[in-house]
Amino acid sequence: MVATSSSVGSGAAGAATFVGSGSRKFNYFDPRGKRATHYEDVTVDVQPDPDRYLIQNWIIEFEGGKGGGAYQKDNTAALSSNWHAFRAPDQEWERTHYQRQSKIVTMVQNVISNARKAGAHTAFDQAWCRILQAHLGAWKHAEFGLGTSLMQAQRYGYTQMINNATLTNSSYKMRLTQDITLYLAEIGMDIDGWDDELGKRTWLEDPIWQPTREAIETIMGSEDYLEQYFAINIIFEPLVGELVRSGFFMQVAAANNDFITPPVISAAEADYERNLANAIDLMYVLINDEKHSDHNRNLFQSWIAKHGSLANKAVNALQPIWSQPHSKPVAFEDVKAVSQERIGQILGELGLSR
Amino acid sequence: MAITLNKITSQRGISVGEATKKISDLGWNPTYVQEASTFPTDYKITKAPRDPMKQVLRSYFPMEEEKDNRVYGALDAALRGDMFRNVEPRWIEWMKLFLAIIPFPEISAARSMSMVARLAPGEDLRTGFTMQMVDEFRHSTIQMNLKKWYMENYIDPAGFDITEEAFGKCYATTIGRQFGEGFITGDTMTAACMYLTVVAETAFTNTLFVAMPSEAARNGDYALPTVFLSVQSDESRHIGNGHSLLMAALKEPENHLLLERDLRYAFWQNHAIVDAAIGTFIEYGTTNREKEKESYAEMWHRWIFEDYYRTYMLPLEKYGVKIHHDDVQEAWRRITDKKYVHKVAQFFAVGWPLNFWRIDSQTEKDFEWFEHKYPGWYDEFGEFWKWYAKLSKPGEKVITFNEETGYAYPHRCWSCLVPCLIREDMVIDQIDGEWHTFAHELDRWTAVEAFSDEYQGRPTPAMGKFSGKREWETVYDGWDLADAIKDLNFVREDGETLTPQPHLRFHDKDQWKLEHVRGHQLASPLKALRAMSDADRDAHVAEYRKGFTINPCN
Repeated sequence: MVATSSSVGSGAAGAATFVGSGSRKFNYFDPRGKRATHYEDVTVDVQPDPDRYLIQNWIIEFEGGKGGGAYQKDNTAALSSNWHAFRAPDQEWERTHYQRQSKIVTMVQNVISNARKAGAHTAFDQAWCRILQAHLGAWKHAEFGLGTSLMQAQRYGYTQMINNATLTNSSYKMRLTQDITLYLAEIGMDIDGWDDELGKRTWLEDPIWQPTREAIETIMGSEDYLEQYFAINIIFEPLVGELVRSGFFMQVAAANNDFITPPVISAAEADYERNLANAIDLMYVLINDEKHSDHNRNLFQSWIAKHGSLANKAVNALQPIWSQPHSKPVAFEDVKAVSQERIGQILGELGLSR
Repeated sequence: MAITLNKITSQRGISVGEATKKISDLGWNPTYVQEASTFPTDYKITKAPRDPMKQVLRSYFPMEEEKDNRVYGALDAALRGDMFRNVEPRWIEWMKLFLAIIPFPEISAARSMSMVARLAPGEDLRTGFTMQMVDEFRHSTIQMNLKKWYMENYIDPAGFDITEEAFGKCYATTIGRQFGEGFITGDTMTAACMYLTVVAETAFTNTLFVAMPSEAARNGDYALPTVFLSVQSDESRHIGNGHSLLMAALKEPENHLLLERDLRYAFWQNHAIVDAAIGTFIEYGTTNREKEKESYAEMWHRWIFEDYYRTYMLPLEKYGVKIHHDDVQEAWRRITDKKYVHKVAQFFAVGWPLNFWRIDSQTEKDFEWFEHKYPGWYDEFGEFWKWYAKLSKPGEKVITFNEETGYAYPHRCWSCLVPCLIREDMVIDQIDGEWHTFAHELDRWTAVEAFSDEYQGRPTPAMGKFSGKREWETVYDGWDLADAIKDLNFVREDGETLTPQPHLRFHDKDQWKLEHVRGHQLASPLKALRAMSDADRDAHVAEYRKGFTINPCN
């Protein structure tokens, strides 16, 4: 078969040389490095705006024209002289996202399945069993709240790069909340007297969890998408998220004969490393903005004050959980100190303080 | 009986139904702080919709990864099989337009999921919306990847190389913008449910993602079917999401008037936009003229009329929503008797210098097929395409401004942004005291009556408004054609040769340059109309409705 509509009988690169025949790179944006990455090629400028190429401006507006066009810079109180500068360090696009997520869910299912086959749960300490039902069961709702907040937030950013980083962050959180839900449901089938509803009751009613719920609901209630993204990744995750996941479940489980929970949770810590890198990079760009540096710094400090205070309240209320297992390999104060140091490092990278 | 590995390793698990039930119980009603308000709607939804697909992320991610593996494996195989040696440039050139447009509507659909997720009570469907959000992220970036792949391997990468810039600027992509922005702007239910899922995804993705890939394969392009059929395989879940939310909205009688309005608007505008673009790609981008294959009109009848209208739209009547049967019949008449698609292709061809891809001329073989499928085609369009071929050589007077052809540049429809090409149907009306032009009475109804703060006496403050420089021609009113092309950046790397060309001749001597198109002034038909006196305007509209006749090309 020959390409009948081609003057040279072929449609392949190199079949003819003419002006433009060698132009084989997207040339409408400046790559962050020397050459555009694959992530940049499939991401940058897909969501256009009047600053970049929309010569007709937005062509539909909200609320009879009063609500502005599809994307508005003032969806956040932060200011930027170039919203297009940010590139997500995790370089996530669809293929890498599915590869990573798929590996994680497969790993988690294998862990659960093999552990159940081996009867690993029969060795669980009784007190620990209750902790899983109540507190890991409660924690899954916290993760769900973060996931839905990020799902909400990914609608509002001014560029594709910001929104896609927020979208994948949401996807990771939604996977985690489902991983935990199904893990608990499955091991619950093998454990007599397992109460799979206890987690939600604990989340809604147990005083230990109410400050955490308040912190999450405050993030869910924010109408500033960047505040949601900041509050989650810069404040809540290091102060509360890592404290609960790593500082409690991952470190305490083994000492109570539970070798299953740590690997189920562990993927979330790796997820967070990626999302933290994305968040720090975005905030760094804004804090070092040539025109709006001071404004953004002050704004971020106000978010630290607001969400930091709620997160601290949550952390202190969670303290009794560390006393509940029979075996207590780590002390609350020690892991709390680690999380305080962690947030200090994160804020330090951004030149912010508590 | 032999024992199998499955039997040895089988384990009691939770059922899919139980798993989805537990996942839908992850949400709760906040008591400390209410969830952030999202974009507004005039609809009221009190019934919690159900997630019909009952899928969880632990099965979703591996499924999608497997789909991806097949797609990327096929792309590698296509290169190993030297696909591009055999691919038809007539086809791939249109992909410069199609793939410039489609990743934006896709990612807009991801953003839409945020908008609908909090509309309805309950968490059941939110899981479905989450998966759709990630799907749409998949579609947008997989399509960008395909475009990059074409750019790297196709004979003429110019036009692919400026793709997203071109999307924001071109007078043809503006039609696609109306599609994508329509998913994310305006009343949330109107945009993100009715326009996107209930109509675009349920009805028109069949022509977009099923009919078009078939034609791609006939033109030696195995990549587009690979990517787009994979994309389409996600759509059934989206259709389920839309239908579920629609059913929840139907429960409230006070929504029925808005549902009638939005179904009407969404069907008509999807028809106007999708049929214009996809119809042109399929009918004019192909070199395959087998008479046994279905024409776009025949496919439309199968997918839209029989499949969507008869089995999806019609049954809504029993729930109390008025269905405008005449609109569907009118769309069908436009595609057949009124030759809508052919007029769009003709318009794109007339405007080629302001595009960013090559448009091939049609030949006797094409004429024969068109006449067979669309009787009367030759009388109306045969001479035009002869003119187009004749005027494709640099040095000829550019067809856009060549009075010899008899073509009259059209007005732009303020609603669908496709020009008013079926001249006898063009109408004008005022919005905020200013005249606007519309391709059809239903386009006028859309912009003037549906996109308004009141609908049939009912306040609709959440409804969107058409805005911006919607008539593309306004942007370059008074500009020299060559200067406009330069400003658009539709010029190749030497700063002289145009990115678009009216032919598929890949030799420097055949390429049009800025010097060949200089000396013609662009004008906004709308601005001219607004400057007319009442009498002149009436006369102009009457004359416009009479249409034009293409002169014989000797």
